[in-house]
Amino acid sequence: MAVITYRDALNQALREEMQRDDRVFLMGEEVGVYQGAYKVSKGLLQEFGEMRIVDTPITELGFAGVGVGAAMVGLRPVVEFMTWNFAVLALDQVLNSAAKMLYMSGGQYNVPIVFRGPNGAALQLSAQHSQAFESWLAHIPGLKVVTPGTPYDAKGLLKSSIRDDNPVCFLEGEMLYNIKGEVPDEEYLIPIGVADLKREGDHCSIITNGKMALVAMQAADQLAKDGIRIDVVDLRTVRPMDYEAIRASVQKTNRAVVLEEGWELAGIGAQVVDFVQRECFDYLDAPVLRVHQADVPMPYAKNLERAAKPDAAKTIAAVKKVMYAEEGARG
Amino acid sequence: MPAKKKNEPTMTATETATSGNGKSNPDLDRELLRSMLLQRRFEERCAEAYALGKIGGFCHLYIGQEGVSTGTLSILRPDDYVITTYRDHGQALARGISPRAVMAELFGRADGVVRGKGGSMHLFDRNVNFLGGHGIVGAHVPLGTGVGFAIKYRGGDQVCICYMGESVVNTGAFHEALNMAGLWKLPVVYVIENNRYGMGTALERASAIHDIYERGASYNMPRAQCDGQDVFAVRAATQEAVDRARRDQIPTLLEVRTYRFMGHSMSDAVSGTYRTKAELDEYMKRDPIVLLRVHMQENGELTDEELQRIDAEIKATVQDAWDFADKSPEPPLEALYEDVYVDTTSDSTAQPVAAD
Ligand SMILES: Cc1ncc(C[n+]2csc(CCOP(=O)(O)OP(=O)(O)O)c2C)c(N)n1
Repeated sequence: MAVITYRDALNQALREEMQRDDRVFLMGEEVGVYQGAYKVSKGLLQEFGEMRIVDTPITELGFAGVGVGAAMVGLRPVVEFMTWNFAVLALDQVLNSAAKMLYMSGGQYNVPIVFRGPNGAALQLSAQHSQAFESWLAHIPGLKVVTPGTPYDAKGLLKSSIRDDNPVCFLEGEMLYNIKGEVPDEEYLIPIGVADLKREGDHCSIITNGKMALVAMQAADQLAKDGIRIDVVDLRTVRPMDYEAIRASVQKTNRAVVLEEGWELAGIGAQVVDFVQRECFDYLDAPVLRVHQADVPMPYAKNLERAAKPDAAKTIAAVKKVMYAEEGARG
Repeated sequence: MPAKKKNEPTMTATETATSGNGKSNPDLDRELLRSMLLQRRFEERCAEAYALGKIGGFCHLYIGQEGVSTGTLSILRPDDYVITTYRDHGQALARGISPRAVMAELFGRADGVVRGKGGSMHLFDRNVNFLGGHGIVGAHVPLGTGVGFAIKYRGGDQVCICYMGESVVNTGAFHEALNMAGLWKLPVVYVIENNRYGMGTALERASAIHDIYERGASYNMPRAQCDGQDVFAVRAATQEAVDRARRDQIPTLLEVRTYRFMGHSMSDAVSGTYRTKAELDEYMKRDPIVLLRVHMQENGELTDEELQRIDAEIKATVQDAWDFADKSPEPPLEALYEDVYVDTTSDSTAQPVAAD
């Protein structure tokens, strides 16, 4: 199996789907001549030409809507947002047009579109450029929300998203583009809505998604040194959410920590905790804890940013707490 | 589609009237030179600090465009307002924000102009009515219109300058904001810094019309175009627009043609995929600082010794800013939770916080 970057995995997925289906095209800022702000579309303009790799002006609302219209009449657009922070300008088209079209047209018009781009904080980009949007988007019926955490997942899920007949918001981790992982040479698809057990353990579950899957694995490695065995459930898709995977893990470990990149209030973790307390209450040996971004806009200063972001150390602390493994916590 | 049209500034009536020679004013000229040179030297050190990891995140340098900040802001009164984009170092310095506070901000320190919360893209200083660097392309343009609305509402005679790059004219926010300003006759000068590229996209590849000041016609707004490398031309055009705003409360769309000598940000190559080295070299011949210097030297306003003295002073000022920033502490961790909300439990509700 080849070991490639997350960026190249996405690039392969785009290329393969564009070769396979000539209704698929990519549109967004700097996707063509510049070869992609994060180089995800590198080489595609050369291979597919400017009708299929479409550079747009800085007009998020406009080109997202152009994509929706094209999808309504038979194309399969992939719309790249340079980052999801800028997609906020386009949310009207994503929420009010794409998500609701099938329903409000009584099933006559579906919108097979993928909105994709980097999501979440990178390094010291400050408040307007450091936001994780999965809980926002997951709130909207009619959308699917996909958050791959590894190159393997990124490729298989992007291909499935492009083939899906519904609007899919595909959130790539802004810090993940350079991470490497094994990706099969032969074609594969990963179904949307199926979680992945990234690591098996029986002491505590960490339920997570997206970029935080990596953080969960780091935390689990550390915890293993203290003899604590973690079950890491990577949801991969937050809408639909794989509740059965959550149930299976919590029934096995009886303890859970939910780790997410975004803010706490109305976050993904709130949904997971709701499910766990309703469906797994009898299996719980401790309250479910959440690890998330501090409830503030992201600051610029390095030390403040570090304090604001969820990380492995905070996750480890939460796990130890639900394990009652902290000093004095047992009493 | 290939870029066809060069960014040759067309001479407008305003420009020919005042640009270049004529009445010389050595004191003013020296002030303009100092302002531009401060921005240049400051940002040269920013590039160095970025390479050393002292500055993080996105850092968009203004080098090459100093004629615009200095030319426009030299016309404003202290009680006027300024709002701008993430490419904000030059305007911040030209508006008189302390180089120490700006550098400390870039270093992410407690003595920074927004105490380490904002960084390069979000410089704000209430003391000089500098309403910020904003990171979402076009999103601050309605805010500039809102400032103009507030001025008119309160019956003041201030003016707001709202800066933006040329790619902003394609955004919906721009259209909506300028339409309201034109409709309501608000005292705002929209300064478009047309440096030819929005990141890697040339103006001609993004905009259906290329003389973008013409867009003012859609909003019934006076409009002008001037050469941003000629600080006198920028001053003259700004003066006209500011007078019109102050006196008659009429907005202006001012397109200033300029060029950025560096990449879009520190992570973008200076030249490469989207522009050639030859093009860059051509534009660098029209360095606004060099043009002013030559003008002053030709008029006998500036000797080599004086130039060297001024430059040395400015370099010392920038070094001082660097040292200050370096020594400034990191923000305290409690600051993380400060400034999310104004404290409405205190007396602050009695007096609106935002009253100027
Ligand atoms: C809404 C939005 N879309 C995309 C971006 C990413 N981006 C930042 S700057 C920029 C180019 C803007 O160019 P221009 O307005 O001409 O200003 P310049 O950088 O040339 O000063 C882009 C695409 C953004 N910040 N906001």
